[in-house]
Amino acid sequence: MLGRAGNFAFLFAQNVSSIQPQHRGMATLKSISLRLKSVKNIQKITQSMKMVSAAKYARAERDLAQARPVGSGAKIFYEQAEVKPLEATPEKLYVAITSDRGLCGAVHTNVVRKLRILLEQPGAEHIKVVCVGDKSKAILQRKYGNNIILSVNEVGRLPPTFQDAARLATAILQSGYEFSYGEIIYNRFKSVVSYSTSNIPIYSLPTVQAAPKLSIYDSLDDEIIQSYLEFSLSALLYYAMKENACSEQSSRMTAMDNASKNAGEMIDKLTLTFNRTRQAVITRELIEIISGASAL
Amino acid sequence: MAAVRSMSRLLSQRSINQVLRRGYADEMNFTFAAGNKVFYNASTVKQVDVPSFSGAFGILPKHVPTLAVLKPGVVTVFENDGAVKKIFVSSGTVTINDDSSVQIIAEEAAALEELDSAAAKDTLNKAMSQLSSATSDKEKAEATIAVEVAEAIVKAIE
Repeated sequence: MLGRAGNFAFLFAQNVSSIQPQHRGMATLKSISLRLKSVKNIQKITQSMKMVSAAKYARAERDLAQARPVGSGAKIFYEQAEVKPLEATPEKLYVAITSDRGLCGAVHTNVVRKLRILLEQPGAEHIKVVCVGDKSKAILQRKYGNNIILSVNEVGRLPPTFQDAARLATAILQSGYEFSYGEIIYNRFKSVVSYSTSNIPIYSLPTVQAAPKLSIYDSLDDEIIQSYLEFSLSALLYYAMKENACSEQSSRMTAMDNASKNAGEMIDKLTLTFNRTRQAVITRELIEIISGASAL
Repeated sequence: MAAVRSMSRLLSQRSINQVLRRGYADEMNFTFAAGNKVFYNASTVKQVDVPSFSGAFGILPKHVPTLAVLKPGVVTVFENDGAVKKIFVSSGTVTINDDSSVQIIAEEAAALEELDSAAAKDTLNKAMSQLSSATSDKEKAEATIAVEVAEAIVKAIE
């Protein structure tokens, strides 16, 4: 990625230097005005992106208020039953919740960074990763491609629904990977300006069966627990996707606001340089005319 | 009791809960959340009846802790003030914990009065025709579930 950008910059620099020596004053003036125009266009884009994500954020936040009890309700059983990961089976599953779209600050990077720390530690061969959204896949694929068992895209264009989460849960359960413990890594929304990268634990049937306080629950058989776990996995995924979508939109709003502000600063500076250069050209032309006239 | 009530009206929401908590030791902390809407969030109710795959059952405070998987049907909630609310659920889970808290997480739920019987019958007919035209096992299973849910809706509205 970086290498490619570097090449472009090099080509661009070459082009500019081949033109510049010929008509120096005019070309600078023209290049500044071109740059000014492009920065103005970029500002327009970032401003409208900000407006779009502000609208999307308002909806995501409203949805999130509805989704929070789903997540907290689904988590309570694991806490009450004191489910703990089994030592005997080290297989772990991590679900990275991101989306397909960038330009939203460090939302995706934070999720991936958390995962990368885990993958660099010893015992990483027992870790499998499910990538939700193209962004996490793009970052992890090159170095940790062997750990990825499943990746999902077309996330982030529309708000996540329970159907999406259910489909994802089905895909995870049908992947055939036997894990004892897992985590959903996502960004928990706090306020418009802040979110924290958190995780929700998920467990498989054998782990839950070994929980110390499971015996206080009445009339359970494996089938009920299995169906219960399958449903609560989709409920937790739904909740995590909602939280992450809200964090993403709020973060994109902030990022685009900053970008618009920076573009504004750049426009101010470029306008100043443009005016100065124009003045310099006029002055030089005047000097040429005057000195030409006085030489006669 | 009347004194408690008139007093609690003056107090904020939080202190109402505290007053009530002191009054009844065995109350139920009830959460009912669906993918589309939250019906109850940590509120206290008298009784909840749920349809589950192991049979329909009622939940009173201090119910023995258990887990259950919801089957399409009507959840009936008896609120503290005597009001009865009927809510249709498509699928989901019920968790009853030993601290007397109850969580119902549903995929989708709607109050009975919001459901339209004509639309429900229409959905049932569509599901039936889907079932008869299904060829593979997976399609059949999906259509069977659709028929079950649609039948439950039609039955619930009647």
